[in-house]
Amino acid sequence: MTTFLDNKEINLIRQGCRFSERCVKPLRDNTYKYGFSTIIESDEIKSGLNLETIKLISHKKNESGFIINFREKAFKKWQSLKDPTWAELSYPVINYQAIKYYSSPKTQEKLKSIDEVDPELRDTFERLGIPLNEQKRLANVAVDAVFDSVSIFTTFKRELLKLGIIFCSISEAINKYPELVKKYLGSVVPITDNYFVALNSAVFTDGSFAYIPKNLKSPIELSTYFRINNEESGQFERTLIIAESGSMISYLEGCTAPKYDSNQLHAAVVELISHEGAHIRYSTVQNWYAGDKKGKGGVYNFVTKRGLCLGTESKISWTQVETGSAVTWKYPSCILMGNASQGEFYSVALTTNYQQADTGTKMIHIGKNTKSRILSKGISGGHSKNTYRGLIQFGRKASQAMSYSQCDSLLLAHQSETNTFPYINVRNSSARVEHEASISRIGEEQIFYFHQRGIPEEEAIKLIVNGFCQEVFRKLPMEFALEAEKLLDLKVEKSLT
Amino acid sequence: MLEIKNLTAVTSEQEISRNQALILKGVNLTLKGGEIQIIMGSNGSGKSTLAKLLAGHPAYNMLHGSIIFRNEKLIRCLPETRARLGLFLGFQYPMEVGGVSNQDFLRLAYHSRYKKKDNILNTSLRFANKILNYVKILDMNSSFLPRPLNQGFSGGEKKKNEILQMAITGCELAILDEIDSGLDVDALKTLSKTILIYQLDSSFNSRFLQTTKSLILITHYQRLLEYIKPDKIQIMKQGKIVCSGKSNLGTIIDRKGYDWLSGVGSGLHLIENINKKKLQILK
Repeated sequence: MTTFLDNKEINLIRQGCRFSERCVKPLRDNTYKYGFSTIIESDEIKSGLNLETIKLISHKKNESGFIINFREKAFKKWQSLKDPTWAELSYPVINYQAIKYYSSPKTQEKLKSIDEVDPELRDTFERLGIPLNEQKRLANVAVDAVFDSVSIFTTFKRELLKLGIIFCSISEAINKYPELVKKYLGSVVPITDNYFVALNSAVFTDGSFAYIPKNLKSPIELSTYFRINNEESGQFERTLIIAESGSMISYLEGCTAPKYDSNQLHAAVVELISHEGAHIRYSTVQNWYAGDKKGKGGVYNFVTKRGLCLGTESKISWTQVETGSAVTWKYPSCILMGNASQGEFYSVALTTNYQQADTGTKMIHIGKNTKSRILSKGISGGHSKNTYRGLIQFGRKASQAMSYSQCDSLLLAHQSETNTFPYINVRNSSARVEHEASISRIGEEQIFYFHQRGIPEEEAIKLIVNGFCQEVFRKLPMEFALEAEKLLDLKVEKSLT
Repeated sequence: MLEIKNLTAVTSEQEISRNQALILKGVNLTLKGGEIQIIMGSNGSGKSTLAKLLAGHPAYNMLHGSIIFRNEKLIRCLPETRARLGLFLGFQYPMEVGGVSNQDFLRLAYHSRYKKKDNILNTSLRFANKILNYVKILDMNSSFLPRPLNQGFSGGEKKKNEILQMAITGCELAILDEIDSGLDVDALKTLSKTILIYQLDSSFNSRFLQTTKSLILITHYQRLLEYIKPDKIQIMKQGKIVCSGKSNLGTIIDRKGYDWLSGVGSGLHLIENINKKKLQILK
């Protein structure tokens, strides 16, 4: 409130109070809350990428033959591919030889209980709002905490295992359940899919693995929390979720990174497999460090997420709230293979300062009576660039398939940019496609209306932005929705400075 | 309560292009507490500009003159400060804001004025009470409360919503810009009834609290005068207040039009008369 009054003082000097000027005045300087870094002794391997590196990673993780094979194949593929340039993004060429591909905090071999976790690490996660302690941890969420290249700890692991749910880090899954991993790894996102998938497949270090047995509705939510700490390392995680027929799972993902002037690379692959009648709900709140006001630093985020609706009446829904990372390249997609399967995509993407986001979805209808629904809300402020890119494809056999998409964009500032690229590819005549799009700007008149009723500008913009995203927030799990709302408020506030 | 002296103004765009065509050319207006005044005038005479300027719209810039509202120099205040001082502008075209629910907006507006004076529970209770009360008086369907602000509202509903906001914020001076346009007879009746209830309610309180609420209504039509009896009618023309009078002025205007007031207007009148005479002679 005091700053608001300061703001008023400044304005009083200029008699004609004009909006453009007021927008420039600082409201409050909010720095990135999760921008701290943890000083911890870490076990790294030299930067640079070659076959040796890959072998070293494999060796460090005690991996068996098939994974080594998988990695080598991916690496060969990666060498033959080129950086994709079709996205509406501009960033300097990434030097892949300068990145450290493995960095893990030095810890003991096996962790039986949380007390054995390095207190430094525990503190870090506590500061991030993820208490790992038995007493403090969230009652209805199981958390897998990933720090740089390794999974630190997974809560509720034993309790879940009693029910038959496997929830652990992927390296553990490779060792303990090689059959499952072998069967599904790379089945949805093949290593040849794109440049970043090939890279990830070659060097992936950790991530989460979840398996839900038949006809079981998971009583708690599973979640993974990703944290990049090392300045030079990249994070290449791999998530694999398998829902057997009739099961249901809700999975959350959160990410943060410290503030550095350099850029970190994050290239992840997420694969979901939903069998007959299963339902996977995947929610993400992305809050990587997004760079400072001049666009320096921040995380480059190149993520491939894809879900496969294998069985009849299976369902996958993606919900994402994107606020972080300097560059975002991300298209959570659904392949609707089974008859009457459903895919959903709900997204809020907020870009401020010099952030760039090229995000959207792909809905590939293969089975009969498949349905998809897309709801994308893009907000861009400052000098940022926000792009929606979506593909809706109806195969020849996808008779009676239906798709509805809605893309709304909101511009907060004069220099911000927003684009929408909907691709629609229909190959049969009984399909139905609807597409709606709108672009709006918070207008002077609208703000004046709020002002006239005694509501300050800051509050007015927050209210409008929150209202704009409400539809998507309703799709998030309760606590997450509140978190997302707060996060958005904070970001919008920052963007007004 | 409100004193405007020799007010001249331009639009911000004009100021940038140094095109000094004034849209307000020296407006003088005084309004005492508890008074109801009506401003009439032809289209483009500067009525709405005056209203927006008083509320602090960024598109208009004051050049000279002074506005004093409740002993404060209004021009030194931000729009939201003016609102907190108790100035309310009922918009001619209320903005549509998607996603923001009507009740949230009302609550924020209410709290912006009363938050500091009282504790939150008290204000919330009073707020709920007030809303229910006025919704009944305004004869509105309460289902409009959770709907997005003004979005998909009919013309009449929008105007009613403005009045509801006025009543809830409990402003000292309400400027209502063409509140009667686009309303049917019944809606106009309930609307003016609410305005009067609001005004009377406050003047009843005034004996104890010594604050009275005043109104400035901007209108084109005589019809409103049938329901609300003003203390004064001001006629605006070409950015000036050219004439003022008691409520019977309205009926004269309705009959003769605004041209009757100005030199050009009477001139035209003369020419018409001469033409008529000529016709008669020719016959």
